[in-house]
Amino acid sequence: MLMETPDEILADAAASGDRAAFGQLLARHYDRIFSLSWRLTGTKTDAEDLTQDICAALPAKLQSFRGQARFSTWLYRVTVNAAHDRRRRRATYARATTGWGDWETARQTEISEGATATDWLTQAMTQLSPELRDTVALTLGEDLTQAEAAAILGLSEGTIAWRMAEVKKHLRRIAEQEAIQ
Amino acid sequence: MTDDLTRLRAQLRAAPAPDADARAAAIRLAMESFDALPQGTAIDPRPINNHPQRVGFLIGLQTMLATLTARPILTATTSAAALCLGLVIVLPQIWVTPDISAQQPTAVTNDVQSIAAPESAALADQAQPLALPEIAPAAPPAPAPAPPQSHALTKSAAPEMMRNREAAGMTLQSAPTFDSAATFAPIMADQIASPAPNTETFATAPANPVKTTAINPVSTFSIDVDTASYAIIRSSLMRGELPPPDAVRVEEMINYFPYSYPAPEPGAAPFTSTVTVMPTPWNAGTQLVRIGLQGRLPAIADRPPLNLVLLIDTSGSMQDPAKLPLLAQSLRLMLPQLRPQDEVAIVAYAGSAGTVLAPTPASDQATILAAMDRLSAGGGTNGAAGLELAYQTAASMTAAGEVSRVLLATDGDFNLGISDPDGLEAYIAKKRDAGTYLSILGFGRGNLDDTTMQTLAQSGNGTAAYIDTLQEARKVLVDQLSGALFPIADDVKLQVEWNPAQVAEYRLIGYKTRALAREDFNNDRVDAGEIGAGHAVTALFEITAPGSPAQANTALRYAEPTVDTGTDTGNGELGFLRLRYKAPGESKSLLIETPITAADGQTPPDTEANFAAAIAGFGQLLTEATYLGDWGWDDAIALALSARGDDPFGYRAEAVTLMRLAAAMPANR
Repeated sequence: MLMETPDEILADAAASGDRAAFGQLLARHYDRIFSLSWRLTGTKTDAEDLTQDICAALPAKLQSFRGQARFSTWLYRVTVNAAHDRRRRRATYARATTGWGDWETARQTEISEGATATDWLTQAMTQLSPELRDTVALTLGEDLTQAEAAAILGLSEGTIAWRMAEVKKHLRRIAEQEAIQ
Repeated sequence: MTDDLTRLRAQLRAAPAPDADARAAAIRLAMESFDALPQGTAIDPRPINNHPQRVGFLIGLQTMLATLTARPILTATTSAAALCLGLVIVLPQIWVTPDISAQQPTAVTNDVQSIAAPESAALADQAQPLALPEIAPAAPPAPAPAPPQSHALTKSAAPEMMRNREAAGMTLQSAPTFDSAATFAPIMADQIASPAPNTETFATAPANPVKTTAINPVSTFSIDVDTASYAIIRSSLMRGELPPPDAVRVEEMINYFPYSYPAPEPGAAPFTSTVTVMPTPWNAGTQLVRIGLQGRLPAIADRPPLNLVLLIDTSGSMQDPAKLPLLAQSLRLMLPQLRPQDEVAIVAYAGSAGTVLAPTPASDQATILAAMDRLSAGGGTNGAAGLELAYQTAASMTAAGEVSRVLLATDGDFNLGISDPDGLEAYIAKKRDAGTYLSILGFGRGNLDDTTMQTLAQSGNGTAAYIDTLQEARKVLVDQLSGALFPIADDVKLQVEWNPAQVAEYRLIGYKTRALAREDFNNDRVDAGEIGAGHAVTALFEITAPGSPAQANTALRYAEPTVDTGTDTGNGELGFLRLRYKAPGESKSLLIETPITAADGQTPPDTEANFAAAIAGFGQLLTEATYLGDWGWDDAIALALSARGDDPFGYRAEAVTLMRLAAAMPANR
């Protein structure tokens, strides 16, 4: 069986102008970027837009990849940062729509996607602050350890642990509200 | 509970599959973008960096030194020594523990500035005892490789310090040497760790001491019609805090209030001076001499046309309801006070400067208000570009016989963005000489740069006012519109020569940042304060008669005895008041001389003098009540209550409320 070329080698080659290496790298990682984007934004449309933004900017960004981190970690960071930028840009509009924050948009999308299971998910994510949503998307969604999530977000591990405790508190509150209804 | 997390995990994992078309489109776009990229060129991957890059400490330091803006330098006019101290000391400490700085370069940078600026006075106090020789050798020698920039900074700050030494009451000895500074680096380390620096800075100087007439018979100072200090004190007390002592300038508190002094006769000098002598409320052994100046209030129709350029800071920090929206409301109040021949223009500055409203007749209120409503806060601050544009606009509006003024509204985030910090002050002074004056309105707390406000307004022949409420905006912009905007006398200096036969000691209350050298009085090139139409200015001296038990200093054993009323050559005068002023736009000053005689004494003193004395007491109680004895808050409140007078706008009643608030603070009980 042929050994797959590691991401880091491909990224290096792509950064120095190897078109084929870049194409291979992107094909390998597109789905990963997309799913994280979905976890960060909450709708398929937003995720597609965000992924497209990232793809367009990736060749330039690759110049800053120096192999200090694993390529996947670096790519997570690029994605999270792009989501932040997008959120910030959106926040300047009169009515800020921040992905999961825009409950109505999300609900409409669900209806069109015919997915009723995300009802609870949408409600839960809406109740979390953007920081907590990022943390949840990485730890639960991408199944990363708290240390890995901390490295991607540029925070300490303790902060991630604290954020996860906050998430639990929020979820408990939702459960209590459900119980009342 | 864990169920919820599991459920969240499961649902998040179930991400929808990407759309094949979207995937193909995105990849195509990426490849195009790849082809478009000039190979071999490093491109900044992300212009806005959310997380500070972990740059090395040296780079952070260089950035800090390279981007030091004028605020700290301007602060240096009163605390240049402490500024150098702050910079020099921190360096060795960081060299010793580079890992700390490497982790938090931004925090260190900010804190160095905050140490250098607002806490400079306290720092200098700490510095003196610690720099004693017996302690110095015990400390470990710290490497002291100051980069060349720091030398440049020290040099540039030094002339400023020399020039303002007299005014700031600062002596050269208070500048510690490099070696002694390096020995107490550990103290600085504690301060580096302090979180969230408060970036407010205040212009200050040591309070005027009691002076012996035989040694120092002459007191010279510039008048001051600013009111910012009072408004800052009010804003602090209303928040339930005592104001920082540095923010208390007694003369600005006294001059905040209108007093009914006799108005000048038509055809006479543009202002009158009245002198009264009264017993000092807080000391039976001394007397209070009140000098009151009242500027003429020309009829509104007689005023020259006014060209007003509003220079408005629209940086992101101005978004606060107490800032930009309050300013917009204030201008709404002001516009009806202007006349049809007056013109208004609006220049806004944030990241870039721009004209929001071309010169428009004041009668066209709809257009002006619409332009105000278009303003929104956002972006960084580039004060210098805005200022230049505002002056250009003002110059384009000015015609012969008209008054031009730039009114700068800012929250103190004044990134001057110029390499030469003295340049801005000089620039404003040049424009002042060319006839365009500058006044400053401060908004918001927390980042208020009082020092810069004071310095720039003083350079621009204007007033610095702090606006915290709509009521204050009314006072500054409506009731006093005429005064703040129409100068009637420039460079007004006061000089009092006391007669040693009648006055053994004297003390000027307040005006600590306004002191002038004796020779500056006759030097028309030395700038001083302005009186606007209708302005009243009050100065208080506390004087002690020879032989009074209240005398602070013992008479000198070897000096000529001065207590000899028999040989008094001064005809029983207490002192002699000299006033110099220039008519607006003139370069030669005129002199007014008035003797201060015991006949000026009043029994009982009028309410105006009593109220001024109560406010003087209030101001001293807020700082160090060194000279007040047992006289306390209750006495100040009682005196102010008895002297409320007419008070049509309720300013005096408000002052009593503030005194009660201050008296109730834990520190004052």
